[in-house]
Amino acid sequence: MENLKIAWRNLWRNRKRTLITVASVFFGVIVSTFMSSMQEGSYSTMVDNVVKFYSGYIQVQNEDYWDHKTINNTIKLTDELLKKVSSSDRVSYVVPRLESFALASTNDQSRGTILIGIDPAKEEQMMGIGKWLSSGKILLPGDDGILLAAGLADYLKLGLNDTLVLLGQGYHGLSAAGKYPVKGIIDLPSPDLNRQLVYMDLENCQEFFSAEGLVSSLIVMLDSPYDLPHARRVLNKKIKSPYTLMTWDEMQPEFVQMIEADRAGAVVMKGILYLVIGFGILGTISMMLAERRREMGVLVAIGLQRAKLGLILFYETVFIGLTGVLSGFMGSIPLISYFYNNPVKLTGDAAETMIEMGLEPNMYFSWIPSVFYNQVITVFIITFLIGIIPVANSFRLTLAKALRA
Amino acid sequence: MSIIKISNLTKVYDGSANEIVAVNNLNLEFEKGEFAAIVGPSGSGKTTLLNMIGGLDRPTSGEVNIDGQDIWRLSSRKLTDFRLKNIGFVFQSYNLIPVLTAGENTEFIMQLQGKPRNERSRRIKELLEAVGIADREKSRPNKLSGGQQQRVAVARALASKPTFILADEPTANLDSKSTETLLEIMELLNKTEDVTFIFSTHDARVVKKARRVITLVDGKVESDVSK
Repeated sequence: MENLKIAWRNLWRNRKRTLITVASVFFGVIVSTFMSSMQEGSYSTMVDNVVKFYSGYIQVQNEDYWDHKTINNTIKLTDELLKKVSSSDRVSYVVPRLESFALASTNDQSRGTILIGIDPAKEEQMMGIGKWLSSGKILLPGDDGILLAAGLADYLKLGLNDTLVLLGQGYHGLSAAGKYPVKGIIDLPSPDLNRQLVYMDLENCQEFFSAEGLVSSLIVMLDSPYDLPHARRVLNKKIKSPYTLMTWDEMQPEFVQMIEADRAGAVVMKGILYLVIGFGILGTISMMLAERRREMGVLVAIGLQRAKLGLILFYETVFIGLTGVLSGFMGSIPLISYFYNNPVKLTGDAAETMIEMGLEPNMYFSWIPSVFYNQVITVFIITFLIGIIPVANSFRLTLAKALRA
Repeated sequence: MSIIKISNLTKVYDGSANEIVAVNNLNLEFEKGEFAAIVGPSGSGKTTLLNMIGGLDRPTSGEVNIDGQDIWRLSSRKLTDFRLKNIGFVFQSYNLIPVLTAGENTEFIMQLQGKPRNERSRRIKELLEAVGIADREKSRPNKLSGGQQQRVAVARALASKPTFILADEPTANLDSKSTETLLEIMELLNKTEDVTFIFSTHDARVVKKARRVITLVDGKVESDVSK
């Protein structure tokens, strides 16, 4: 206890220097927490969008579907299969989809699209498709119209009640062709999906592809993204050949790679930041050691064991780090809370760039605990490592020289 | 009976160009209760000798036996422990712990010795009264004058009830009044606490008070006079 008291008081002998060092740690923690929160927020929003509007967390598919994505590798939608999947632990929704490619044409323009047959009622429940509706109405079961993604509608210059011609290849090589009125236009948050999605009622879509009773996958939504490993384990036990399971990250490896690459880039940035923090603390500790060499000599001379002296000096280093880290942690909570509740909307060139990259022109922030504790732990480890230096110094101290210092 | 026996003690500093013999094959003994001054010109080896007696500077050769124990055969850890239990130090520039009050500075060594709180409190009062600064117990060193700081240093040195106290030029930074007071206090404590005092000094007033004066020249004893 006495050692802690001395260490704490020593810390405030040079108040200004200690405060500057603590401030450097404080701002370091704030900046790195801000960066991490922004990054993780963007990733989770991107994943959320992809999962909600496209892949789901898990898909139950025909085991050949992923390698050969044709309408021929679909599965029969049975009540037994639906029940088996939906009754699994942590599964919140199961929705059937029939998905294939089709050429969308108007008088002047054509574009390859992803045509998805959906159960409108279930999809509404799962992703609340209605809230993305920019004009028109959402689909109802049995509707013969389509929902068109806004980007695609712009490209094809289509508005409500206009007709879209879809051409594709149906089940077992049959031709698929049809004319469909645009019932609604949805503005999806993912620019990539916004350029190519067409939603159609499932039965209508099955009829278009001549694939009655077939679906390409069952989309499985979970209570939380963190339930994925558990849900996968549970479903793996239930789902046997000819079915297979695919998780969202297996279906979107490029997307995962992009996140990983971005994370790696951020690690470098944060590494530099931590280096600056580390050298700041090191500078303070080195100066403190140089200034107090004689005092350290006196303490050992009068009977303080070197190990205890090292401990006092170690406490001082840790106190500096801890004070900075905790104040940074406290400071980052209201900051991140604000941005979590008020995402930054990008405008102008920045927004264009994001859209071109297939990303939402918004900066979302994450509130997950790791955003906070990762920075706290990292800076604390840095401080801990720097704390070893004065300990080593106390063991190397030459008393007679120190007393003459 | 001698409590300190120095035999053939030599300290050679290796300079880059030439060797400096600070203490040269020196033999000395100190009895319990002595009030001895080591005098001599600058560079005569006074501080080096005190440092070797106090276990602060390793001799090149020779022995420092304290109560029959050659202290330089002890491990670093045991030597620190030995200093804690047996030796009190008073330094020229006081060297109090700046972040501790006068009372806490005095208490610090007793805490290292693991003495109970009530014993420590009693001893702090006793010592600070003895050195005449009981009213400054709660003051930090920067609020004390040089003379007051040196008196706290004496109280700190006595706190562990050491066998002897080594004082390196204790009055060098004090004015004549403070020097006089400090010497009176040390002389009194020498008698009441029955603790041996060994000083290195240039100060004629200290030499006058000392009951034994050892004169060093070029690391050798030139004279050793008991009054």
